[in-house]
Amino acid sequence: MKDGFRQAMAWLHTWTGLIFGWLLFAIFLTGTLAYFKDEISHWMQPEIPARSVSSEASLALAQDYLQQHAPGASRWLIDLPSAREPGLSVRWQQLPAKQGERGQFTEKRLDPQTGTEVQGRETRGGEFFYRFHFQLQMPYPWGRWLSTIAAMVMFIGLITGIITHKKIFKDFFTFRPRKGQRSWLDGHNAVGVLVLPFHLMITYSSLVIFMSMVMPASILASYKGDVRAFFDDVFPASSVPELAGKPGQLAPMAPLLERAREQWSGGRVQRLTVNNPGDANASVVLVRDGADRVVHDVSSAVTFNGVTGQLLSSTPQQPVAMAIAGSFYGLHMGRFASPVVRWLYFIFGLASTALIGTGLVIWLGKRQLKHAKSAVMPFELRLVEVLNIASMSGLTVAVAAFFWANRLLPVEMTNRSDWEVNSFFIVWGLSVIHAMVRRGRSAWVEQLALAAFLFCAVPLLNALTTPYHLGTTLPQGDWMMAGFDLACLVSGLFLAWAAWKMQRSGQVPVATRQRAKPITLEREAN
Amino acid sequence: MKVKTRSLPVSYRLAVTSRVLAAVVGGYVVAALASVSLTMWLPMPRAEAVVTGMMTSFLVYLCAVLWCFACRSAWQAWLGVIVPSGVLAALSGVAYWLGQS
Repeated sequence: MKDGFRQAMAWLHTWTGLIFGWLLFAIFLTGTLAYFKDEISHWMQPEIPARSVSSEASLALAQDYLQQHAPGASRWLIDLPSAREPGLSVRWQQLPAKQGERGQFTEKRLDPQTGTEVQGRETRGGEFFYRFHFQLQMPYPWGRWLSTIAAMVMFIGLITGIITHKKIFKDFFTFRPRKGQRSWLDGHNAVGVLVLPFHLMITYSSLVIFMSMVMPASILASYKGDVRAFFDDVFPASSVPELAGKPGQLAPMAPLLERAREQWSGGRVQRLTVNNPGDANASVVLVRDGADRVVHDVSSAVTFNGVTGQLLSSTPQQPVAMAIAGSFYGLHMGRFASPVVRWLYFIFGLASTALIGTGLVIWLGKRQLKHAKSAVMPFELRLVEVLNIASMSGLTVAVAAFFWANRLLPVEMTNRSDWEVNSFFIVWGLSVIHAMVRRGRSAWVEQLALAAFLFCAVPLLNALTTPYHLGTTLPQGDWMMAGFDLACLVSGLFLAWAAWKMQRSGQVPVATRQRAKPITLEREAN
Repeated sequence: MKVKTRSLPVSYRLAVTSRVLAAVVGGYVVAALASVSLTMWLPMPRAEAVVTGMMTSFLVYLCAVLWCFACRSAWQAWLGVIVPSGVLAALSGVAYWLGQS
């Protein structure tokens, strides 16, 4: 029975992995890119200067700006700049025209040093990858459901993989290079075992993030269907005083930052909300920065009276269950990560992507061997091959196209950010057609070579279209801009190597047909 | 499940489909009921019990899916999700009734 059990688990591993593999590959690759979403956004909006200014100074500028431009607003929201997100953004909400309606929001980005408005080119930046990896460009809530289902399948795939793979540590030390199918399997096992805790954490935490959406039964049962009451319990809102109706002069808010830090024993403020700024009962809610610690707690905030500066309330400590859920959330998002840890996240994310990619290649390779002698491949194998090519090399070409569109589309174009996204999907769609038209190996080589060219040329394109190229960013030590260019260059070289490997292994006779190298491609597909 | 893809009998295909349904639908029902009964029985404040129940439910789902493919027949797969569902539903029902009275 024991052997039968393992075989059943291997069957489950094989088929769940195949059916969801392509979707999971795209989710993991874009999710990995999202770890650098602020850096990507910065590169895609180079007009917005990166400056290190103290929070106090930028808050004072934001307060001046809002007092001049939106004195009568019902609410101000100020997002302070951080090391990764250089922009100072202010938003304000008008008093609603009618009772019960939502007032209109206006958003402006300010230069944190001078307080003047800055206008970046219209783009979704790194936010696009972040949103795509759990919404899949689908209307709410379908994309979230589909990606959560994919996460559950990934979870099953990981556990069945562990069960199937009996000699987990012994096999880990066997890597047989240049053995075709065996090397792929060894690589799949190694990359799976090596970062197994990461695979498990990232997969399970994605389920925890959307648990109240996909598993609401217990909320409905114990709150008698009142979902809002549950969220009020989990995220206690700061109580905000009512409008006094008398005008009041808002005190300078910068000193409040220091007092919030005392409350949180050193924690940073990310966002300030000022309610009824012109009123005697104005209140200021300071929300703690998520980058402060691993455990994520969206509602961690302190509230002050805006006129007198008196401390009104501060949210209580999270209970244990919420702290556990919050730490899964925080671990998944990695907002707390320092640059080194962020790179580790990125590399581990690529390892997960490679795990999925190698699995897909192995599935096809095993079955192709049987048909190596015949000229035509059965339809289902050809389908898998086309989907493998388009979902792996095609996706990397599409990512490069997204960056190219950012630099090539005219800055004043209408719906510019939509067209960037469109170019991503158009190129991805074209890669499917290309994979259908060309033979398997040629399609791999050509798409990898194209991706390699596009990535290698990103620094050049940047130099031709903007003044923020490596020649100026490197001497200035602007590592955010220079890092992006360099990462693209390295990815491009890696893809070129992959294309070359693929080309060469194609010249070896049919016995080693399936020695494509997409594993390397996703490893460096920034 | 050792049979190769070529020329599979219809009965085998139906059995696999049945297992898949048992795993996806039955597994979800077991997981959801497990989260409800945990929420009802855990000696914790309500919101914490709900969060704990939801977090645990995915592990229950995982086990249910593994069972559906590990057992000997599709009938056993269904039995393996229906019996726990019944027990968990009864447990939640009792807790609900105790809470009402």
